[in-house]
Amino acid sequence: MSEQAIDRSKMQISDEVAIQITGMNKWYGTFHVLRDINMTVQRGERIVICGPSGSGKSTLIRCINRLEEHQQGQIVVDGTELTNDLKNIDKVRSEVGMVFQHFNLFPHLTILENCTLAPIWVRKVPKKEAEETAMHFLRKVKIPEQANKYPGQLSGGQQQRVAIARSLCMKPRIMLFDEPTSALDPEMIKEVLDTMIELAEEGMTMLCVTHEMGFAQAVANRVIFMDQGQIVEQNEPKEFFNNPKSDRTKLFLSQILGH
Amino acid sequence: MTKASYVRDQMLPPQAPPVSEAGVVKWLRENLFSGWFNTILTLVGVVVIYWLVASALPWWLNSVWNAESLGQCREIVAATAGEGATGACWAMIRERWHQFIFGFYPPDLWWRPIMAFGLLFVALAPVLFSGQRRNLTAILGAAFAFLLVTLYLAGAPMAAWVLVLALILGLAGLAQAMPGKLLWFTAIYPALCFWLLWGGSIWSPVAAMLGFVVMGVAYVALVGRMGPTASAIAGVVLAALWWLILDVPVANAIQSAIPFGLQPVASDQFGGFLLAITIGVTAITFSLPIGILLALGRQSDMLIVKTLCVGFIEFIRGVPLITLLFTASLLLQYFLPPGTNFDIILRVIILVTLFAAAYLAEVIRGGLAALPRGQYEAADALGLDYWRAQRLIILPQALKISIPAIVSTFIGLFKDTTLVAFVGLMDPLKGVTQIVRADIDWKGIYWEPYIFVGVIFFVICFGMSRYSMYLERKLKTDHR
Repeated sequence: MSEQAIDRSKMQISDEVAIQITGMNKWYGTFHVLRDINMTVQRGERIVICGPSGSGKSTLIRCINRLEEHQQGQIVVDGTELTNDLKNIDKVRSEVGMVFQHFNLFPHLTILENCTLAPIWVRKVPKKEAEETAMHFLRKVKIPEQANKYPGQLSGGQQQRVAIARSLCMKPRIMLFDEPTSALDPEMIKEVLDTMIELAEEGMTMLCVTHEMGFAQAVANRVIFMDQGQIVEQNEPKEFFNNPKSDRTKLFLSQILGH
Repeated sequence: MTKASYVRDQMLPPQAPPVSEAGVVKWLRENLFSGWFNTILTLVGVVVIYWLVASALPWWLNSVWNAESLGQCREIVAATAGEGATGACWAMIRERWHQFIFGFYPPDLWWRPIMAFGLLFVALAPVLFSGQRRNLTAILGAAFAFLLVTLYLAGAPMAAWVLVLALILGLAGLAQAMPGKLLWFTAIYPALCFWLLWGGSIWSPVAAMLGFVVMGVAYVALVGRMGPTASAIAGVVLAALWWLILDVPVANAIQSAIPFGLQPVASDQFGGFLLAITIGVTAITFSLPIGILLALGRQSDMLIVKTLCVGFIEFIRGVPLITLLFTASLLLQYFLPPGTNFDIILRVIILVTLFAAAYLAEVIRGGLAALPRGQYEAADALGLDYWRAQRLIILPQALKISIPAIVSTFIGLFKDTTLVAFVGLMDPLKGVTQIVRADIDWKGIYWEPYIFVGVIFFVICFGMSRYSMYLERKLKTDHR
């Protein structure tokens, strides 16, 4: 993945706040998983969150669309605060797309049906229009010819691209990626990353939990390093990789970039 | 030093397997004679099969179809096959088949259960084979042919022919033009079936169905303002009020204004497979949705809903069906408002339905538990609310996983309908057979009625089993 190939013309960060997290804490039972998280995401930002396993990075982005509930603090997504109010939760979820490590496509539906289901039932888009949108995004992730197959017939990389297309069909303003390439063979990682880069080039606000440091260097405008449920360090990628400040970050980077 | 470097310059094409790995010889060797132990087992098996056939075959071959009593049957067997020979006496079936099928349902009204049975398949077809035009047409054609032949044999009156021909032409036309709309017939079929079987005023089932209309209208009117759960509850409450307060007076009022009805048939005249199928089909139809709701309730986060569902399921599963049937026949009367005379078949159907629903709830819960957590999360992340996520994502998969167990429960339920013999209803296995064997002519007959009833049960249950296998194949999309 060469840096020159990336078109940065639309990758503009506006002043508008997309996500605002203040003083957020979360516990699993008595285990304090997220500790005093404060972060602001501007519209158009591409943030990569990394850290050792168990550091709470997945939990953090899962809190943003309320797949996990936080117990303290405030999360405001696109001006809507996440509380127990189901209406707000559904509103945020329909604005925020999510891509999972294990794709989580619906195996009983075809690729096309996977992509049209939420627009039809949540957005109330007419079926025909939803199908056209779905085909548009399937073309974009370069698998329109698989539209009538079932997820089980596709390779992992193809499934993950369908999952991205499925999220995009809801026309989200923010995309969350939870280790999107961790379950893939090396040969397939690239095709998924290429799709994500394309998305970034179009100015999508992205939060991405990943260990793909190449992707972070090429696309992200900010890298957040987490450990033990806390944000340890955040910086722009060049500084983060070349000149890490904390010892914990240095250790982590030496371990994953060491070979 | 060996050379470590190797480069293949030619890829090998696939080749045919050796002769000993194909054909009959391979099959025999692998399946019957794969070792000395299996060879012995094969030979023993052959001997056992020979012995079974040799001892049972004469009985079947010496069957007697024309006789007036068991004694006469035995004389005929002795005369044709020699003294001491055994022979089946199917003459009994020839004389009494109608009791096994209809019980004491009046013979001149047999066209009504026949029509209800034929139309049952018309009503089931759009559910069982949705979107499959060829299967749908085949089922409809078979049902119509069945109706024409059996109604002719049963000597149906003119009015019945008019009704059935109108239905056949209308439904066949509908099936060709708009197969999806056939579901409307499925929706009104329960009322039609009830009316055909029990007779009486047509306005009673119509008024009862209006309760569902009340439910639907209330839901649609309120869903915008109150959300799905609250408006569903409001709909159910309004429908219940309709059934409890307005239903009977309205039906009576229309009946006195526009009298139209069939000759009533009392529940104690029902019997045989008519009874078994009525109870079985009704209970199967209603137990599935109730079972689904119970399974979802048991997984609910709401404490009271969960406790109620768990309590219900565990109570019903912990009690033998016979206890529930006795409850239906004796105790239920005490709990109902005084003056209501609840039909015994209806009471039994309710209890059998609840019994099956409790089992189904556990079966479906197994299916729900088998789904990966990610499916729920993906549905949530797309913004689907609880009911949509359940209906579109979770249940289709959970039910698919549970198909074999669900159908097992259905088959068990259908066979359990014979237990209604214990509350005095005339089931085909015990009730009718006892009546036949109490007759002086057929006293002592043993194998024949049970074989006859067993074969019919087998055909129905085997049909269900095959359908479930077909469904599993059709819904198989995971390509594992």
